[in-house]
This record gives sequence, C-alpha cells and structure tokens, in this order.
Amino acid sequence: MTLATENAASSTASREAVERIDAEAVNTAGKRQPLYAPRKKIFPKRASGQFRRFKWLIMFVTLGIYYLTPWLRWDRGPYAPDQAVLVDLANRRFYFFFIEIWPQEFFYIAGLLVMAGIGLFLITSTVGRAWCGYTCPQTVWVDLFLVVERAIEGDRNARIKLDAAPFSAGKLAKRSAKHLIWVLIAVATGGAWVFYFADAPSLFVDIATAQAAPVAYMTIAVLTATTYVFGGLMREQVCTYMCPWPRIQAAMLDENSLTVTYNDWRGEPRSRHAKKAAAEGRTVGDCVDCNACVAVCPMGIDIRDGQQLECITCALCIDACDGVMDKLGRERGLISYATLSDYNANMALATAGGTETINPDRVRREGGGLSDKVAHFHWRKIFRPRTFVYFGAWSLVGLVMLYALLTRDRLEVNVLHDRNPQYVLLSDGSVRNGYTVKLLNMIPEPRVILVSLEGLTGATMNVVGLDQPDDRSAAVPVDPDRLREVRIFVTLPADRLSEADTSFRFVVEDKASFESDVYRASFNIPEGSR
Amino acid sequence: MSEKEHIDEVSGVSTTGHEWDGIRELDNPMPRWWVWTFYATIVWSIGYTVAYPAWPLISDATRGVLGYSSRQELTTTMEAVSAEQADLRAAIAEKPLDEILADETLRRFATAAGDAAFKVNCSQCHGSGAQGSAGYPNLNDDDWLWGGDIEAIHQTIAHGVRFDGDDDTRFGEMPAFGDILSRDEIRQVAAHVVSFTGTPSDPALAEAGAQVYADNCASCHGDAGQGDVTFGAPNLADAIWLYGSSEAQIAAQVRQPRHGVMPAWQERLGDPTVKQLSVYVYSLGGGE
Ligand code: SF4
Ligand code: SF4
Repeated sequence: MTLATENAASSTASREAVERIDAEAVNTAGKRQPLYAPRKKIFPKRASGQFRRFKWLIMFVTLGIYYLTPWLRWDRGPYAPDQAVLVDLANRRFYFFFIEIWPQEFFYIAGLLVMAGIGLFLITSTVGRAWCGYTCPQTVWVDLFLVVERAIEGDRNARIKLDAAPFSAGKLAKRSAKHLIWVLIAVATGGAWVFYFADAPSLFVDIATAQAAPVAYMTIAVLTATTYVFGGLMREQVCTYMCPWPRIQAAMLDENSLTVTYNDWRGEPRSRHAKKAAAEGRTVGDCVDCNACVAVCPMGIDIRDGQQLECITCALCIDACDGVMDKLGRERGLISYATLSDYNANMALATAGGTETINPDRVRREGGGLSDKVAHFHWRKIFRPRTFVYFGAWSLVGLVMLYALLTRDRLEVNVLHDRNPQYVLLSDGSVRNGYTVKLLNMIPEPRVILVSLEGLTGATMNVVGLDQPDDRSAAVPVDPDRLREVRIFVTLPADRLSEADTSFRFVVEDKASFESDVYRASFNIPEGSR
Repeated sequence: MSEKEHIDEVSGVSTTGHEWDGIRELDNPMPRWWVWTFYATIVWSIGYTVAYPAWPLISDATRGVLGYSSRQELTTTMEAVSAEQADLRAAIAEKPLDEILADETLRRFATAAGDAAFKVNCSQCHGSGAQGSAGYPNLNDDDWLWGGDIEAIHQTIAHGVRFDGDDDTRFGEMPAFGDILSRDEIRQVAAHVVSFTGTPSDPALAEAGAQVYADNCASCHGDAGQGDVTFGAPNLADAIWLYGSSEAQIAAQVRQPRHGVMPAWQERLGDPTVKQLSVYVYSLGGGE
C-alpha cells in the first residue's frame, strides 16, 4: 500500500530526489551536548513559505514602529511639545498622542505592564511562544542581521564554505562589509531610542553636529553595542542561555496550546528509501530525513526531537517541511502548529494506543492522504477556562485604566499643613494656621484657578504675595502644565475659637472648564481655647 | 570523601562525593563566562587599587595614581554649586532689602538660604519653626517688639538686642519697680495691665492701678498700653505675652523685669546672610 501511494504521487519527486542537507542540530535527543560544550556555529538557511512571509510583514511593521514613532508629530498647542510619543525626563512628563502623564500618574504605566504580562499569558496559553517567534526584538533584529548576512555572504552553504575558507582578501572584504552594515544598523537602533526622549528633529541635528548631551551619545553607544553583540554575534545564545522567557513561557503552556510540533505519528519511521523499505515489507513515514527543517532553524535545533526549550516557535521549519511535502505531493503539516492533546490522540492512533511502534499506515486513508480519524486543531479550543480567566483579568485592568484615564482630574490640589508651629496666636487674639497649597494645572494651557475656603465660618484667608479682593477666596494664575505652590494663611478670629468646627475644605475650581478638586483640611487652635 | 569517583547515572556527570539521604551533588564545572567574569574582576581590582585609594597603611592609605578623594569631590561639588549661585548671592549682597523682596527669584533664594541659616544660628532660642517660647519671641506672629517691617527686622538681626559687643544694638530696659513701687502698687498696676485685654481679678484694684500706670509706665508702654517699638516696650494691650499673661506673672515682671539678650549677627555671619535671615523671618508671617 505504501508503494501504491508512492506511485500515486509519481507526478511529484521521489524521496531520493529530495536533496538531503548535511545539517546537524546543535543539541539533539540522540546526542546530548554536555552543558558546557563550546558553541556550535549555526548557518540558518533561508526559508520561504507562508510563515516566512508573515514574519517579513511583522518585521517590517515592528521595525517601522520602532524607527518612525519618534518622528510622528501631534499638535498640543503652544505650551507643550508636538512630538506624538515623548518621554520628557527633564520636565518629568510622558506624552502619548492625546495622553499626557505626570509622574504621580505612573500607575498607568504599571497598569500597562500588568496588561502586557497577562496578555503574554493569554497569547502563550493559546498560540504558544508567539512572542518569541514573531515579535521579540531579539528575534526581529537577528532576522534583520541574517538578511544582511545572506545578502553579502550568500545562503547556508556559501556561508559554511566561507567560514571554513582560509583567510583571504575576499573573505576579509565580505566579513568587514557584513560587520560594517551590522554596526550601522546597530547605530540606527541605538540612535532611534534616544529620539523617544527629546524632540527628534532637533536632537537629530544636535547629534549630527556633535552638540547633543553626552548622555545621548552614551545611550547610543550602549545600545549600539548590545544590538550588535546580541543580534549579530550572540543570536540564539541569548534565547537559550540569557533569556528568562523560555523558562517562564514553557510553564504557561498546557495540552491545548499551539506549539510547533513534529508529527512523528505520520513522519516515522523516517526514511530516504521508500522502495527499498517496501521491498523489505516495511512501512515508512512521511519524513524523508532531508534535514531541511534543521537547516532553516535559527536556533540550530532539530524539531523532530520534540518540544524543547530552545525552540522559539518561529515556524520556519514548518515552511521548510511544507516545501518538501509539496514536492513529494503529500499533505502539508508534517511539522505544524499542533496542540499536545491532538498530538497525543494522533500518536495513540498511530501506535494503536501505545502498544506498538509508530505505524503511519494507521493514520492514512486507503489510496493516500490522512485518515479522517486524525485530530486537527479546532479554533474552539482557544476558548478554555484558562484563557477566559486571562482575558477577563486583562480586560479588567484595561477597563479600569480606561475609566481612570477618561475620568481623571487635570486640576488637583495638594495641601501641607504647617506643623511647626501648629498655629500662631496673633496680637488681637485670633489664631492663624499656615498651609502650603500646591495647585496642579495638568493641561498645557495657562489657567486661573480659584481657591476658596469652605466651612470654618468667620475665618479669612490670605494668599501670600497675591492681590485678593475677597478674603475667603483668591484667583491664582498657574502656568500651563505646571504646579504652583502658594502659601495660604487662614485666620480665625478670637470670638470664633470656642465654637468653630475645625475641619474645613480648600476648594479649587477652574471656572472655565468646571473642573474642581477639594482638599479636606483641619485647623489647629490652642489647647484650652474651647 | 568517597573513595572512588561516583558518576551520576542520569546525567553522566561525576558527583562531589557528598551525599544527603541519597541525594548527591553533581560536580558540574563553573560556566565559563562565570569563571572569566571572576578573573576579570580580579584584574579589574588590581587596576582599581592602583588607580584609587585602597591599601590601608599605618596612619594613612595608598593614594592611588588618579589622586581621587571623596573629600575633594565634595569640595568640587560645593564649589560648583556656589559658583552657580554666585549671581544670586552677589545680587543679594548688592540690592537693598525691598528690591530683594520685589524680585521673585531673589526672594525665594533668600528665603531658602535664610531658612538654612536660621536652623543653624537662631533655632536654639527661637525654635526650629521660629515659634519661640517663654522669653523668646515667636517670630511668626504680628507682634514685634522692635518693629516688624523688613528694615526693622534686619536692624535687629544685624545688631542684636541689648548686646554688649555692638554699639548699634537695640537697647531698652525696664527699671525694676520692686525698688520703686510698693507691693500694693505693683499688684494694682498688674491688675490694671490685665484690664487692657481681659478681666482683672478685682476691678477696684485695677482702678487704683490706673494712676500708678500713668505715672510710671505710660511713658514707655503708652497710655493705652500699646507699647513703643523704639524702646522695645511690649504692647500690653494685645494677646501676646512674652513672660506670661497672668496677674502674678505680670507683677513679677514689674517687680524684677527679665530682659532677653540677642547677639548681633552682622559681624559673625556677614551682611548677605543677615539679609537672607531677614527675608526669611519676614516671610514667616507672610510678610506683614
Ligand atoms: S525548531 Fe522550528 S520553530 Fe523552533 S526555532 Fe527551530 S525553526 Fe523555529
Ligand atoms: S521533518 Fe520535513 S523538513 Fe525535516 S527532515 Fe523530515 S521531511 Fe525534511
């Protein structure tokens, strides 16, 4: 029967026609490397296919966001910077399009981090290490660096040859061109970072004319170094040895999470010689042992060994193997995104419940193709209690933050009550308390803020250094997007001391926007005056 | 230690020979990067001890070829700070007090600097919040023995009060009426003084004290007890009492007055600091 399927696909290449790539995984189940083995060089081959195309797109978008964001403009009027995304450390403000954040509102950032964390749980529990494989800066930049490497040194075989070649002018030229372009990318990466912290166009001019602050150059230098070293030199070592995600993310996977899987229930026993096997009466699996999946792997591993810590689920091996399956005229998906539960079900099918070794005939239909009993991923598996909990927590944080953002005050008052002295007895017997009142005008426009006393009948208020027509209120002009601190003396006449309720309120209002804020204050009076 | 090398079956790594309840410790080598980092720190530390002060000697320590010292760093920082403030200090030294008050930046700087100087030089008597105590005036209130405008405050701080070492010091002394008036007269006058602001224990006594007051006290303290800043004669008709407001306390003060002394600060601190102190003290009451 195997022979029949093989013949049925006679329009396509035979097994032997599939080129066998001489690729050895850096670490395999069959040949475990000692923990401290020296690094083996990896020369990932260029892959092509749907996932590779998707990854090009994501690379384009993420790099685009990173490099271009600081150059976006956003009009905030004459009193605030017009950069859409700006971390203004000097003035301690963070601008994100229409949102402006003061340092005391940093909890929004904390909230975003919480959301990012829960979002990562959610993504990981559904589609596995998608963050690692597609969007992690390490992956994206390594990909970019590999593009350069391939453009200059050629694809896998050419690179292996070049690496083994003795030193020559040509090798030197290629190598230095590669490293030069890498360094340029690294400089651009470090350079883009600092633009988030200052007005990008003027900083660009300053940097180019050597007039920027030393810290700008230092930041660029550090990030250039890390980009070059991590993206160009260390690559997969960062993921395997330095990064905590592989450890954490693996813990978030369950049997319903999608991971890149080698479906050995249809691939094994792998063989390059179907006819010989058939002649000997053996069935062979779909895997032709061509090593295409190993050759493209940027981590240098063999997915056929199963789920492993090193695998970033970049899905390039899926593309490579799908190409081979297409050539052979078999269904794609020998390597595929699959869940552990589907895998186990299919494995049980192929091994007759684990009683025998894998026999791919059990998962095949008469005349080729996969049997209907083979389990495939169904999108409904995404909706599990676990993902609901993650999604619920994620949206809860998001909604709370959104609510807080939409209803937040852009006018605030903070008050410090003098403690030393707690009160001052004046010559007419009245008692005075001092308050340091901080008015926060959190919009980029100048405002006149009306401060008034509420309660404490008979008391008068005096704002130091301000003309005040009314002795219970004062209009205080505050600069755009600034805090203004004023000293306010509240005086309670002698005849009110005995009966006054000593709690009162400072009310601040912006008559134009109807915003207001209240501070509940208390008034100290000498002991025994009641 | 175990006699012969033991190899762990699972990992194929030799063990240290230590065993706890059947659990053995693998003898894995240190990661190479770790070992190299360790060596690098040793090399670094040698360079460091050459470059920076490091090795203790009998009475000193090696200086390091870079000549670094934290004390020097502090001095440099302090010099840099005072260089930055030089303009402000010069302006304060030059400008008259009313101009300093009118200039927002100068006023803020002088207030902050005056606050610091106050904590060091003045708080011992007047309290850290300038709230004073019995015998030491509260500087927050609106009652000023020697005048509460900025010039008067400056004058008082610069030359002190009843301070021997300064010819321009504020001077005013109340005679000890214990030698001049009889005990009854003193009780009468004390009752009268109380009647300016409150209710004396015995109205008749206060009535009688009116004449004594007019004869002996009014010349300095004023007919209605309003005081006089030229002699530092306290206002007796307000709520603020330096030595207490009871009849007995007033009588004691009449009999044998206590007089506080405040040193002159002009020479000790220099005029700019005295100006800063004046601005600070003036600011306490919000500049009344
Ligand atoms: S095994 Fe496949 S999915 Fe995993 S890192 Fe290698 S190529 Fe990417
Ligand atoms: S899994 Fe696919 S790509 Fe990998 S060796 Fe087998 S046939 Fe080739």
